[in-house]
Amino acid sequence: MGGLTIGDPALLVFGVAPNPVKCGFELTVGGGQVYPEVNFTLPPLKISDETWPAVLTHYRTIASDVLRRALSLQVPGIVLEFELLPAMTERPEWGAEITSILRQQMETAWQKSGLNSALRVTPTDIREKGKPPGLRNSDLFHQLLQSFQLNAAAGAHILSIESIGGKELHDQALMYGDVRGIVFALGVLAPRDMAWLWDQITAVCQSHQSLVPGGDSACAFANTAMQLAHKHMLPEVLAAVVRAMGAARSLVAFEHGAVGPSKDCAYEGPVLKAITGCPISMEGKSAACAHFSPVGNIAAAMCDLWSNESVQNVRLLAGNAPEVFTELLVYDCRLMNEATKHGGATTLRNWMVTSDEWLSPQALILSPDATIEIAKAIAGAAGDYSRTVAAGRAALKILRAGLSNERLQLNKKERQWLDRIEREFDALPQDERTLLDEMQETYGGLFDAKSYGLSG
Amino acid sequence: MADLNQLYDAILNGDHKTAVTVTRQALTEGTAPIELITNYMSPAMDEVGRRFECEEYFVPELLLSGRAMKAALALLQPLLAASGAEPAGRIVIGTVKGDLHDIGKNLVASMLEGGGFEVHDLGADVAPEKFVGAVREHKPDLVCLSALLTVTMPGMRDVVEALKMAGLRDQVRVMVGGAPVTAEFANEIGADGYAENAGVAVTVARRLTRKNHAMDEAKG
Repeated sequence: MGGLTIGDPALLVFGVAPNPVKCGFELTVGGGQVYPEVNFTLPPLKISDETWPAVLTHYRTIASDVLRRALSLQVPGIVLEFELLPAMTERPEWGAEITSILRQQMETAWQKSGLNSALRVTPTDIREKGKPPGLRNSDLFHQLLQSFQLNAAAGAHILSIESIGGKELHDQALMYGDVRGIVFALGVLAPRDMAWLWDQITAVCQSHQSLVPGGDSACAFANTAMQLAHKHMLPEVLAAVVRAMGAARSLVAFEHGAVGPSKDCAYEGPVLKAITGCPISMEGKSAACAHFSPVGNIAAAMCDLWSNESVQNVRLLAGNAPEVFTELLVYDCRLMNEATKHGGATTLRNWMVTSDEWLSPQALILSPDATIEIAKAIAGAAGDYSRTVAAGRAALKILRAGLSNERLQLNKKERQWLDRIEREFDALPQDERTLLDEMQETYGGLFDAKSYGLSG
Repeated sequence: MADLNQLYDAILNGDHKTAVTVTRQALTEGTAPIELITNYMSPAMDEVGRRFECEEYFVPELLLSGRAMKAALALLQPLLAASGAEPAGRIVIGTVKGDLHDIGKNLVASMLEGGGFEVHDLGADVAPEKFVGAVREHKPDLVCLSALLTVTMPGMRDVVEALKMAGLRDQVRVMVGGAPVTAEFANEIGADGYAENAGVAVTVARRLTRKNHAMDEAKG
């Protein structure tokens, strides 16, 4: 991809992306303001033909509640994200029906009240059901593609996915702390699947007027590592290195048509923004309803959309949870936008960064300085495998520097893992073919090389 | 003579090659399988569990130790079977229908295996009928159900009901877990146990399978 679009950490600030995206009902993402991106899901409810009317009622209520609260708070713009549940992707017409309901309510709010907005729709990557996943020619793939097509026709403004190519191997490698397997999954398998899949998604977008290919997320890889680290099941330093390598993977979407805003759960977003100049969505402290993260403030430092990740439609004292979290996000964004208006964006950004960065290795690699280091490493390497390794090595270097200056505190076990990861990087083969042969020996039953266009 | 302390160390350090080599040598020299298990392998796994609980070990160390234990145990199993010895318990595990998440379930399955259980993993997105079929086929002590989505949690109740309808519910215990699952929900659907995370799953499974065996003995 060449050099960086943003090469100076000082220029990586929330709300501003060199290549802003116009989408939906008169919304420009990355054009100077940060907007809330509200995500929601159902409470415990079995999805079936019998419950389908209740499911639709939930989504109608959510849209109505969220838009009403946004208007009450005079928000300058908002994004709603509809993440399909597996059943809604397997029956593509189900997902499309909900998309249509959401779109209709957003259109009404725009026409009647001037609320600028955009609807992001994210089908579930149901190809994961195959063991090993049939990524390119399975019935599941065709259902997924149809889901994109029907949701596009039903009125989505932005299409995204959390693709799973490589996950079938990565899950196991991660649990065993096998760095070679992790590198292979993120640097060899995942990019091949993403290149192929994003060509399909981009083609769907091109066949509809004003439909934006948003971006992908290494959620299935790096967020899994983050959650396991949170539960002390994996070292934090490993989760940090996986995150950095995930950036090389998620970049592939942009090389195959995505233009942003990238997915909220892609904490690798700042690296993508530095390289491509495209706007990004992020989540942090206001996504505590969905999961823990050690990066609650720093994640907002460079965002263009600010998300709550997901919240169930359950009743709270102040209303239903999605509208309550809309309010939280609106106030977060209002503060950021006010800082920008008064020339204080960099100051606020720096406070967001310094309040988190030395408390966790995972936060440290998200700082603007670290972002540029990782982005440079990726941009300076040729080929998916090499740049994945380069990103991992850059993260190791950042962590080592933090240890040297004694601002990053790691216990003995974490330091041992840092050494171990480094040793494993040193022992990696130069070329991916050698690694492929080895991985087929070790994990051959888990993945189908042909699904990735690789010969066995 | 085989240095059996090496077997203990190999399991503790997740070195499956050494674990297999030492076990093979010990068997050749006539050491009784039960002595290897009782005096070296089980104590090593207990120490692994302790280190994990104290956060001295992460999951990779735990799983590598489990793998070493399993590899050594594989050499002993034919001899144990011949002598009529049984595993700690027999378990059927799966993620319920409609849910594709399986890393948590895989982790629990691996830890149960490391804990000496015989585990039959049905995978993810498993229909209630498949759980019923697996209970008929494998006759487990325990069925473990996993879900990560609020909309698939009700699928756990479906499995419990399917086991009742098939007349199998009183022959097997049911344990549930997953991010949105709570002890209250487990009670509500009639499960016998709830594991908050993979770390406690083995403890709960041991408690439930002991109860199950006690139940059988009482019936017998």
